[in-house]
Amino acid sequence: MTTTRNFGLGFAVLGAIGFTTAADAAEQITFVSQGGAYQAAQTVAILDPSAKKLGITINQDSIPDAWPAIKTQVGSGKPIWDVVDTPTGNCLRGGEQGLIEKLDFSKIPNGAAMPEAYRSPYSVSYEFYSSVLSYSQKTFPKDAPNSWADFWDVKKFPGRRALRNHPFATLEAALMADGVAPDKLYPLDVDRAFKKLEEIKPHITVWWTSGAQSAQLLNDGEVDMEMAWNGRVSAVAKEGAKVSFTYNQGVLQSTSLCILKGAPNLETAVKFLNEAVDPVHQANLPLNIDYGPGNPKAFETGVIKPERAAQLPSEPANAAKQALMSYAWWSSPAGEAAEKRWASFMQK
Amino acid sequence: MTITVPDSSQKHQRREHALMLALVSPALLVILALIVLPVGWLAWQSIYHDGFTLENYRRVFTEDIYWRSFALTFEISLAVTVIALLLGYPVAYLANAVPKGWSILILSLVVLPFWTSVLVRAYAWLALLQRTGVINQFLRYLDVISEPLALVHNTFGTVVATVHILLPFMVLPLYATMQKIPGDLMQAGASLGASPSLTFFRVFLPLSLPGVLAGCTMVFVLCLGFYITPELLGGGRTVMVSMLVSRNVELYNQFGAASAVAVVLLLSVLLIFFAVSRFISLDRVLGQK
Repeated sequence: MTTTRNFGLGFAVLGAIGFTTAADAAEQITFVSQGGAYQAAQTVAILDPSAKKLGITINQDSIPDAWPAIKTQVGSGKPIWDVVDTPTGNCLRGGEQGLIEKLDFSKIPNGAAMPEAYRSPYSVSYEFYSSVLSYSQKTFPKDAPNSWADFWDVKKFPGRRALRNHPFATLEAALMADGVAPDKLYPLDVDRAFKKLEEIKPHITVWWTSGAQSAQLLNDGEVDMEMAWNGRVSAVAKEGAKVSFTYNQGVLQSTSLCILKGAPNLETAVKFLNEAVDPVHQANLPLNIDYGPGNPKAFETGVIKPERAAQLPSEPANAAKQALMSYAWWSSPAGEAAEKRWASFMQK
Repeated sequence: MTITVPDSSQKHQRREHALMLALVSPALLVILALIVLPVGWLAWQSIYHDGFTLENYRRVFTEDIYWRSFALTFEISLAVTVIALLLGYPVAYLANAVPKGWSILILSLVVLPFWTSVLVRAYAWLALLQRTGVINQFLRYLDVISEPLALVHNTFGTVVATVHILLPFMVLPLYATMQKIPGDLMQAGASLGASPSLTFFRVFLPLSLPGVLAGCTMVFVLCLGFYITPELLGGGRTVMVSMLVSRNVELYNQFGAASAVAVVLLLSVLLIFFAVSRFISLDRVLGQK
């Protein structure tokens, strides 16, 4: 009945017993991502080729939200995971709290070659996705909403709406609806964002919590427009539903790779981390799933055809229309305060 | 001779007790390792974080979002309990009144949904209740409504699905209690000239009250901890306590903030059990006797 509680207990036990991994002579690491089609795509594009090239074994694990587990594992003093693929914010705040290893970029040439905005002292970007404005083509066969101002305009665009039950990207969208330019968002004017959100709140039918839920809402025609992740919308469209989205004013988000503090196979983990952001492996990722490569050099490899590139959130022209989420802001005290304020906003 | 008999039987009994203990000890150890220790660890986290602190509890008792969630959780649990009782009592009564074969059929139908995952049932309700769902489409087809009704993504949808999931916990204790009410009593009432409804209200209903209390306690307490149905069918607005627990882990980056909420909920449940146990033996609530 209470999945989350059981989940917490499971890790509590791991912590209590002091889990240890079997130390093997062959080089190996434990890599953790979010499961599903996404992890399957990585396995084909990045994980298997990297394991082969480095001659190591990559043990995979998956978890929807790695953060509590990172805390518990490192807290217990004996982490069992090495490398995690998690929203960039987790790597940053983990780094600040001493849960994540600081990276030595001299050992990670592929990461060092990436633009500054794509890495931090604790992490390198691994893949990009975007929170976009999506809509039903049945409701809007033409003149579809094309900006967050349109989304907020309930007179010009009548219909049922959904937003994510989370401040990430939602606050950004509110500010863009209020006229803030996508590249001038940070530091967020939190008061202004919440004020704008109060305006649309009565018109929101559902505040969704999972990507699957957002896809279902759109697929079943339960809502006419919503904020959703681009990969979810295109998956629904591929199944034949009349839905579409725009990258205009999307919020570009990323997951990054980072290494747990005191990881059992630290050296191999660093080697793997470098290999995983290799431009060619990275270019193979979008051939298997609708996410953009974390390393922008992937677009120069020629592996991604131009038609395909045009569909990806991090393709330079698409990226230019969007706001790049500042994980540094979200993990700052102001960002954390905004996250807490969200809870009272929802229950008011 | 007469003295050795109780001796050996005592010894025998003691050996049997030791054997029983040995048999249950693996289960006890599992419970200790998987439930008692982690729960204790979590409770400890709620008061200890770099030194003793009551910060987590201060937050729970002073910030009004917690108060709202607890109030909403108790309201929903109460509504679910009352509806489950109104729906469950006639079912249990019927199962008790009809011949054996029929009662087995009725009880199987009650228990059948147990074999389907809670998640699947929540999605099934979504398919029934949503704007383009079966119910709205049917009502529109009949021209009863012109605009689809908001049946889900709110508290209403949450209550409907939760009642469905918890109904067996109401029906089974009711049925067990009704089974033990001697049928002769009804006949006796009738022979003394009481109408069927009078016998029901004066004889049957009072005798079935322990079952009512048992069923209501089970449903109410289980409902307090519900997570999946409000999460999937509440539209984000129906924030029950269990959801606060999960959200606090994300929000405060430490288990203490979440476990304080869980501890307060656990204590309220224990309080309810304690209050109920003053009226009725707990064995009965838990369905042992």
